[in-house]
Amino acid sequence: MSQAVPLYAQLINLLAAVILLLGFAMLAQRRVIQLIDLFALQGFALFLSTLVVAVKTGQHHLFYSAGLTLVLKVILLPWILHRLVRKLHIKGEVEGLINIPTTTLIGLGLVIIAFNVATPISQLSSTITRGTLGIALATVMLAFLMMITRKKAITQVVGFLAMENGLFLAATSATYGMPMVVELGIALDVLVGMVILGVFFFQIRDQFDSLDIHHMEQLKE
Amino acid sequence: MSLLPIDSLILAASLWLAIGLGGLFAPRNRRYVSRILFPLGAIVGLAVGFVGLVSLGSPVETATLAIGLPTLPFHLRLDNLAAVFVLLLGFAAAGISTYAAGYFRQGEGMTPGVLNLEYHLFLASMLMVLLADDAYAFMVAWETMALSSFFLVTTDHRHEEIRRAGYLYLLVAHVGAIAILLSFGVMTGGAGDYTFAGMRAQHLSPFWGSVAFLLALFGFGAKAGLLPVHVWLPEAHPAAPSPVSALMSGVMLKTAIYGLLRVSLDLVGTTLWWWGVVALAAGLLTALFGVLYATVQSDMKRLLAYSSIENIGLLVVGIGLTLLFHSYEMEALAALSLTAVLYHCLAHAGFKSLLFLCTGSVLHATSQRSLGKLGGLIGPMPWVAWLALGGVIAGAGLPPLSGFVSEWLLLQAFLFSPGLPHSWLNMIVPAAAAAVALTAALAGFALVKFYGIIFLGQMREPALKDAHDAGPFEKTGLLWLAGLTLALGMLPGTLILRLDAATRQLLGKGLAERVVETGWWLLAPISPERASYAPVLFLLTIVATLLFGRWIVRTLYHGRVRRGPAWDCGYHFQGPRAQDTAEGFSQPIRRIFGPMFRMTRHFPSIRDRQPIYTVKVEDHFWYWLYLPIARVAGAVSSLITRLQGGRIAVYLMYSFVTLILLLLVARP
Amino acid sequence: MISLTGVLGQLFAIALALLLAPLLTGWVNQCRAWLQNRAAPPLLQPYYTLHKLFHKDVVLAHNASALFRFAPFIIFGCMVLACAIIPSLSTDLPFAPAADALALVGVFGLARVFIALAGMDVGTSFGTLGGRREMLIGFLAEPALLMVIFTMAMIAQSTSVATIVETLAHRELVIYPSIAFAGIAFTMVSFAENARVPVDNPATHLELTMIHEAMILEYSGRHLALLEWAASLKLYAYSCLGLALFFPWGIAERDNFLALIAALPVLLVKLVIGGALVALLETINAKMRIFRAPEFLGTAFLLAVLGLLVRLLLESRV
Repeated sequence: MSQAVPLYAQLINLLAAVILLLGFAMLAQRRVIQLIDLFALQGFALFLSTLVVAVKTGQHHLFYSAGLTLVLKVILLPWILHRLVRKLHIKGEVEGLINIPTTTLIGLGLVIIAFNVATPISQLSSTITRGTLGIALATVMLAFLMMITRKKAITQVVGFLAMENGLFLAATSATYGMPMVVELGIALDVLVGMVILGVFFFQIRDQFDSLDIHHMEQLKE
Repeated sequence: MSLLPIDSLILAASLWLAIGLGGLFAPRNRRYVSRILFPLGAIVGLAVGFVGLVSLGSPVETATLAIGLPTLPFHLRLDNLAAVFVLLLGFAAAGISTYAAGYFRQGEGMTPGVLNLEYHLFLASMLMVLLADDAYAFMVAWETMALSSFFLVTTDHRHEEIRRAGYLYLLVAHVGAIAILLSFGVMTGGAGDYTFAGMRAQHLSPFWGSVAFLLALFGFGAKAGLLPVHVWLPEAHPAAPSPVSALMSGVMLKTAIYGLLRVSLDLVGTTLWWWGVVALAAGLLTALFGVLYATVQSDMKRLLAYSSIENIGLLVVGIGLTLLFHSYEMEALAALSLTAVLYHCLAHAGFKSLLFLCTGSVLHATSQRSLGKLGGLIGPMPWVAWLALGGVIAGAGLPPLSGFVSEWLLLQAFLFSPGLPHSWLNMIVPAAAAAVALTAALAGFALVKFYGIIFLGQMREPALKDAHDAGPFEKTGLLWLAGLTLALGMLPGTLILRLDAATRQLLGKGLAERVVETGWWLLAPISPERASYAPVLFLLTIVATLLFGRWIVRTLYHGRVRRGPAWDCGYHFQGPRAQDTAEGFSQPIRRIFGPMFRMTRHFPSIRDRQPIYTVKVEDHFWYWLYLPIARVAGAVSSLITRLQGGRIAVYLMYSFVTLILLLLVARP
Repeated sequence: MISLTGVLGQLFAIALALLLAPLLTGWVNQCRAWLQNRAAPPLLQPYYTLHKLFHKDVVLAHNASALFRFAPFIIFGCMVLACAIIPSLSTDLPFAPAADALALVGVFGLARVFIALAGMDVGTSFGTLGGRREMLIGFLAEPALLMVIFTMAMIAQSTSVATIVETLAHRELVIYPSIAFAGIAFTMVSFAENARVPVDNPATHLELTMIHEAMILEYSGRHLALLEWAASLKLYAYSCLGLALFFPWGIAERDNFLALIAALPVLLVKLVIGGALVALLETINAKMRIFRAPEFLGTAFLLAVLGLLVRLLLESRV
């Protein structure tokens, strides 16, 4: 059965699995710096998988989006985040609302849900790598979980970015890419969002002397 | 004259009754009761076991006993499923009764004759539960079993806590019995035929079938100790005398498993896939819960009681898997998991009875139940210690003893679960195997704690030096059960060949062909390429290496031994109190699984002259479920007391209002 | 079924395991020393140690029981059995049907229970502490190992180690992402099980965080020698199992005598590389607190379950 799967599909499956693994690693990571590095690694795996799809299908815009991924998610965004961490003097371990083993267990449950939810959708897809749709969905859910369970604003941003990674994976693997315009739009959105959030961080810190989002609960009137 | 197996079993039940009554002639004569009556009971048990073994694979037999109401006789039936449990009952009872002959002493609770009556009544009623073929006989036997075991639990009724434990047990048993009765009622389908044959003939709608199944799961679960109706078990088992605990844990819990199998695979007729899921989930929760609580206990019998809860959980997991496979008509796999269930029933009956009896010997020798006051008993009690080691290895699910075989079969069945034709199940069920693996590994932790703290190390109390080993009757009983554990571990093929009849009766498939194909020494339920396990070879290798290694070391080098004080990194001043206590040993578990327990801890402060650290671990269920229920029940009953005004006029008014209401409602 | 080459191969495999295991330990120690800029002990140091220990008298504590004296032999026997089942050179092992991969986990479990009990036997504070910790590591590592085996067993449709290796070695090159997950999980488990650095440190003695050493503190003479040898055998068994499961190439098939001869150098090369990798991983990691160990092994467990799920999602339906 598996023998019939061509090499490129196997590679994409492998990379998708690596992306999922990194998603879990991010969920379980305590330190901010390592979290950002993991995010960069995830971006790199995404870049590779997009590249594989691009080479296979020979579609130009996929090469562009692969390049975009590399520049934006592997180099630029991690660099900005690193800078932010340094500037804001964020130190020590990421605080979570729920302890890490429990979080990862919940994550495991989410993966099961994602895999099963994705199955009927992936039946519609004609591509051979449709199995990765479940992984993409799981990556999105894990990133969501990370945003929910962490306290520090910066980890939430990383979660947001990781979510976007998952969406991108879904787009490339299941449908061989979105139209270029959409992709560029999303990329730009993410970048702008990042810059705005960066500005926000400084504001939050000035206001509360901390980046703990817990403090924002006081903002309600 | 040829005696039919079923007739001989009826005879055995009456013999047990007769032996029980025989004690009443000289109720205070302990020698007569323990040296004559109990051994006689053991011989009957042995015979019952052999009848069970022989009747596995022979045709179904029925009988009718004209007891009870004139139009409602007892219908009895011995089929292959019942035979498996008859075998279990007989062989376990043989060992336990032999042990009991040496166990009961003067001046412990009730008079020997009465105890003897209750004990044998208990055995006879369990046999009748297995043989019953109509709801009436079943319920009568079931209730007799509950009552006689209640009296046995409260043997030592002078203690307040024991009376409480007995009361709780009786309460839960009756709530369960009501559910079972209702389940039978649903299964008659309104036809009014309470024989099992009548129930089989009914074709229930999926809704009513589900109701019957869920009621049975609850009712039998209450007897077996399934979550959340497990609370009586860790109270009743430690309260009862050890042979009774052994009988309850080893045999009585299995009658509940028997009942569940009987209802879900035989009587209901249909099987829905989600029944399997419900059973699987309930079983997994029970198993994990039981084993976690077992690891943190500091009373040796409570530890074993929680471990029984864990094993019941695993059995229900196996039943759930069987139902799942059965509902998708994958009968060969259902047979595999059902074999695992039946095998584990037998294995658990052997090793858990053995361990409970060992705690009995320890209790007699030291009058201590708390692990914190034991230690080093392998010195004064070598027999008990070495036999308990067998029970521990089997209970921890390690090769080459009995517990491993069933665990292995269960995991093999799990390996096939990705083949389930359902997109959620084929992913969740294999992952559930992870929980089973965790349970098994934790069971190892709990039993190493049990064994290491009781039998190994230094004696924690000076009085333990005077501990004595078990007497000859006790040793014989222990040896018999240890032998069963070893045999079940060594000869899985031979036994599975027998169990085949039961799975074939319920599911139409069995594992016999495979076993015949591969030979008795190799267990390969599917094919030798797929999976195999040969315990004899396994044991031989280890023993051979042991002997060969010993010989070669002694030949090439020497066998010199010197004795000296323990080194312990040079800290010679450490006494027995520097060892881990029971609480200390389980500290990692309490730390990792903290939220699972309701812990109250008391830390000593630096100013304490006699610093004491205490930790109390309680069951969340008491606070989340039982106390609220008790509170509601209390509130409701206090409301009802308001109706009791005490004035006659008010009572007359009640009657009057009732009369008027009835007249209004009951118009033709 | 049972061929002469099979029997010879089996005996050879056991003898080889007994001989090579201390060498592997020596090699790992040597690499570790180099990586840590220390003067390395000789490669054959474990043999010298064993020889020395066998010569020495056994000094037993006064209250040591018979279990204490038997345990080293039983543990040694368990490890020999494990080495006999795991295909190192050839998959043609007449012994292999005695225990499949699930039973293999049981063998390790049996050895663990005995070593923990032996640690508790003398009743010293260190001994019980070690026994408790060993069981802690055990109950965390065992499910993870079982899940790894489950994943592999589902790929090969068999739990027999020999069949798994044959299936994996003789298929076309297919990338199974699940194997990657299982591989990482297996590596983590085997580090924990072999008392290696992130969880325990085999080189320390008298440290409050010790596990394995704490249990065998009271042992001396031939008993200690057997335990040390058993520990080497365990490392060897885990290495061979890992190599067989994840790098199965080069292991001879049934009735292939030439391949059997060729398999030996391949195995040696694999072990040399594997040993160096173990030393490297031990050097770049720091020993963690004992209560980080559950998290470490929990991650291994998680990865193994994830591998199983990925296997079910990606590989069973394409």
